[in-house]
Amino acid sequence: MNLDLILGILQIVLIATTPLVFAGIGELVTEKSGVLNLGVEGMMLVGAVSAFIILVITGSYFLAFFVSILSGIIMSGLFAFLVLFLMSNQIATGLALTIFGIGLSSMLGKQYIGTPIDGLSPWFFVIFSFLIVFLVSYFFYKTKAGLILRAVGESHNSAHALGYSVIKIRFLSIIFGGSMCALAGSYISICYAPMWQEGMTAGRGWIALALVVFATWKPERVLIGAYIFGGVTILQMNLQALGLRFPGQFFSMAPYVATIIVLVLISSNKLRIKLSAPASLTIPFYKGR
Amino acid sequence: MNSLFPSIVSRSQSSGLMNFFVPIISIVLTLITGSIIFILLGFDPVYALYTFFISPISSTYGISELFVKATPLALIAIGLSYCFKNNIYNIGAEGQLTMGAIFGGGIGILFHDTNAFWLLPLMIFAGAIGGALWGLIPAILKTKFNTNEILTSLMLVYVALFILDYLVVGPWKDPFGYSFPKSRPFSESGRMPLLFDGLRVHFGLIITLFLIFVSWFIFSKTIFGFQLKVSGYSPKAARYAGFNQTTLVFFAFAICGAFAGIAGLAEVSGPIGLLYRDISPNYGFTAIIVAFLGRLHPIGIIFASLVIALTYLGAEDAQLFLQIPSAVGFIFQGLVLFYLLGAELLINYKLTYKKLL
Repeated sequence: MNLDLILGILQIVLIATTPLVFAGIGELVTEKSGVLNLGVEGMMLVGAVSAFIILVITGSYFLAFFVSILSGIIMSGLFAFLVLFLMSNQIATGLALTIFGIGLSSMLGKQYIGTPIDGLSPWFFVIFSFLIVFLVSYFFYKTKAGLILRAVGESHNSAHALGYSVIKIRFLSIIFGGSMCALAGSYISICYAPMWQEGMTAGRGWIALALVVFATWKPERVLIGAYIFGGVTILQMNLQALGLRFPGQFFSMAPYVATIIVLVLISSNKLRIKLSAPASLTIPFYKGR
Repeated sequence: MNSLFPSIVSRSQSSGLMNFFVPIISIVLTLITGSIIFILLGFDPVYALYTFFISPISSTYGISELFVKATPLALIAIGLSYCFKNNIYNIGAEGQLTMGAIFGGGIGILFHDTNAFWLLPLMIFAGAIGGALWGLIPAILKTKFNTNEILTSLMLVYVALFILDYLVVGPWKDPFGYSFPKSRPFSESGRMPLLFDGLRVHFGLIITLFLIFVSWFIFSKTIFGFQLKVSGYSPKAARYAGFNQTTLVFFAFAICGAFAGIAGLAEVSGPIGLLYRDISPNYGFTAIIVAFLGRLHPIGIIFASLVIALTYLGAEDAQLFLQIPSAVGFIFQGLVLFYLLGAELLINYKLTYKKLL
């Protein structure tokens, strides 16, 4: 094995894994506050398409990412309004967000399919993805605000009794999750691909959700999980490219099968899941009057 | 003087009236939002809504198409209600549909030159088995390994789609198909009989109505239906009553998978007639909306499936006549679910205006 090849593969793995880290860490913060948002895939797609359109129209990378994150805030704000103020079922609302996002992104992006753009170098975002994981970890375990957020996720009634605004904290956590998902999407359409195609996130949003379980709700472990999945994805692509006499579809399904296997391995320890999952996850908060 | 904003007060008992009205409210709100979207896109909203919701069903052929689309949606949705009633979130019906099409369609390809009365029943049976087996994977993982069924059932959708893709470009490819990724056509007796000459509405509709009736019977008249309902409302009460949750999860997933599998087989042996890559325009996911919009009730699901089927037809017409991408159909589907979930608040809570003075 020569060194160039190894470095080359390492580079590709880093570039391919970064969106999983963004989406995974965003969803982790949302879930830590006690809210499960299944709309990750939808928010990523809308983030991807809005960044792409703005880049084509204005040519400004800054504006593209800015508008994309704004779209993530709007999408997750809609979700937050439904689950926090109208106390809707979080699972169903998240699914609705994904279906809505798939529709909205393919409608907005229809005329931009195949439009060429100059991709942006991914390295800033690769470094930023590591940074954000450690920032979130620091926030959770070294700051008072982080402690409050975790308390809200564990027992919203106790947090409420102590005078913390459960709704406000959850709202901010959902918004943070939404912006990170949109950032992941815009990274895919502007740095990783760079192009727009319907449904181009190809299930990464769902893998990000699985990552949070894999990480047992601990920020640094999102990195480990993301790089295992990223590695499997790149490995299967390289094996496919070797042209083995083995159908390519079986390689393509490898990341999804790997996700199932890893989820089973992590979840089969019932106690571990019970101890690490936020105790109020998916339970709506009703203040009563 | 009353306060400007209403406050939300818990009802002592959930409102049956609202349970009925909430879907209607959400459809009306979706239509209003839809007209706003059409105005923003620069269309006359009345003309656009007419093109979307009225013109597709203003002919006999259009009404037949409505039933063609509603058939798989209603069948999968009634299957999903076995899961959702028990708070099991099977969102992988699309994969179970695909597996049903593979199993049933596989029989059809095997006997592509046989014409016999037993062929179609055998295909339907195989389709049900295929869907049920695919549905049992998340059930086993949930009950034996405590794995979240939302994620596993969804991942299995991708796996099923890749298996179908492998089969139609590989071993099952039509040898006379000019290397298109599609299988041989099924023989005449492997096709769903048409109900009327010249229209595409097929025998799958009868199967769907029959299974909806059976489900209504199970939900309202059997101990199994009662157990599903109780363990959905209160898992603790169900455990105390001695209901076996593992068995319930297995049955719910198997029934849902079988129904989705039959829906998939009905698609490939009905309107399509062979196997290829894109056998379903997301019926498995859209049926989730149908199930919620129909309030998990057999009659409700029949109406909801017709409403959502109309968004498919409307989206096709909107693309043809207004040059609006057909994805607008998914936007409508997402919107109706948003409004529905938001309006559900009215079932268990009421809005009151507090007196300020």
